[in-house]
Amino acid sequence: MENTKKNWPLWEIFVRSKNGLEHRHFGSLHAADAEMAMENARDVYTRRNEGVSIWVVESKHITASNPSENGEMFEPAQDKVYRHPTFYDLPDEVKHM
Amino acid sequence: MSEKDIKNLEEIFEARIARDEKIEPKDWMPEKYRQTHIRQISQHAHSEIIGMLPEGNWITRAPSLRRKAALLAKVQDEAGHGLYLYSACETLGISRDELYEQLHSGKAKYSSIFNYPTITWADMGAIGWLVDGAAIINQVPLCNTSFGPYARAMVRVCKEESFHQRQGFEIMLTLCRGTEEQKAMAQDALNRWWWPALMMLGPTDAESIHTEQSMKWKLKRKSNDELRQQFIDQTVPQADLLGITVPDPDLKWNEETGHYDFGEIDWDEFWQVVKGHGPCNKERMKARVDAWENGEWVRDAAMAYAEKNEKRKVAKAS
Repeated sequence: MENTKKNWPLWEIFVRSKNGLEHRHFGSLHAADAEMAMENARDVYTRRNEGVSIWVVESKHITASNPSENGEMFEPAQDKVYRHPTFYDLPDEVKHM
Repeated sequence: MSEKDIKNLEEIFEARIARDEKIEPKDWMPEKYRQTHIRQISQHAHSEIIGMLPEGNWITRAPSLRRKAALLAKVQDEAGHGLYLYSACETLGISRDELYEQLHSGKAKYSSIFNYPTITWADMGAIGWLVDGAAIINQVPLCNTSFGPYARAMVRVCKEESFHQRQGFEIMLTLCRGTEEQKAMAQDALNRWWWPALMMLGPTDAESIHTEQSMKWKLKRKSNDELRQQFIDQTVPQADLLGITVPDPDLKWNEETGHYDFGEIDWDEFWQVVKGHGPCNKERMKARVDAWENGEWVRDAAMAYAEKNEKRKVAKAS
């Protein structure tokens, strides 16, 4: 018999710890569907009031950058010092700018 | 990649760890780093999962609702810890199914301590106090380990673990302040768990084959013997407070070293248990494999249901 067995897919879990804060990646877990992922996320990651809101995303839907391409990806930002306020000289008399 | 390229990458890699940089799953890593981490993290995860069994034995017989709620919460935490760790391990490119397969076939190990039986309620106290106590000593340094997902999982585990030890100590304290029989029960539990708890911190440094490499990768920050000494120094005064005696005639405070001297550990027993000949190895594996196999139809049904719902959703949308 052909092995058609499907295992529960992997889900990434994001939790907002309280209103006013962003959802943060907490970890991952396996579940058959989104509803089960949500229930499992509650039990695995919020047993002690760690959250007020949960997002679950199936891991396969996440596209991640590749660390081996970090050079092309992030280095161009390094020589653009003019994007930072400290690049600009102001006379001492100018306060609060 | 040529051998020279790999050597170069390895040097850069070791330098990153030496600078206390964290390694994340998609970063380049030496194959040995990956394999060592899979071995240690999965062993840790398996220990959490098998660790539920000795305590699960007492949930239905806990002496009060308060104790029962606490024990249930503790066992649930252990399931959670197992899941955090399996997830961290999977980021290294091994599937959950492979990890389970390694546990069920006996290829992967779990902590030898869980192969001892829990025969009285006092064992719930001794496990929380001693086994979780030793586990905390082992785990706190791991919050700083070099592999990011493992370190993050350990931070969460350590936060949750201190309640485990306190609830165990409280059980011991209640028994020790109870009747003569209850105190004798606490003493008996200490007698049976003391030596296995010391063994739990691993073979002596001279025998430990992985220590040196693991230190370099910050997968280990203190040697087994250092951790063991720390555990003994911290636990003996607690036994004094309980008014029970540590079952080691050679145990003595050493003014000069500032540590307790202690007797010879029976390493033959340790290796016997590791090799599968402990009192409960077979029982633990059977319970675990049965749970997995008997649950298969449930997992399949959940998957079939999810697929059916997905098809319905697609049909509705079109």
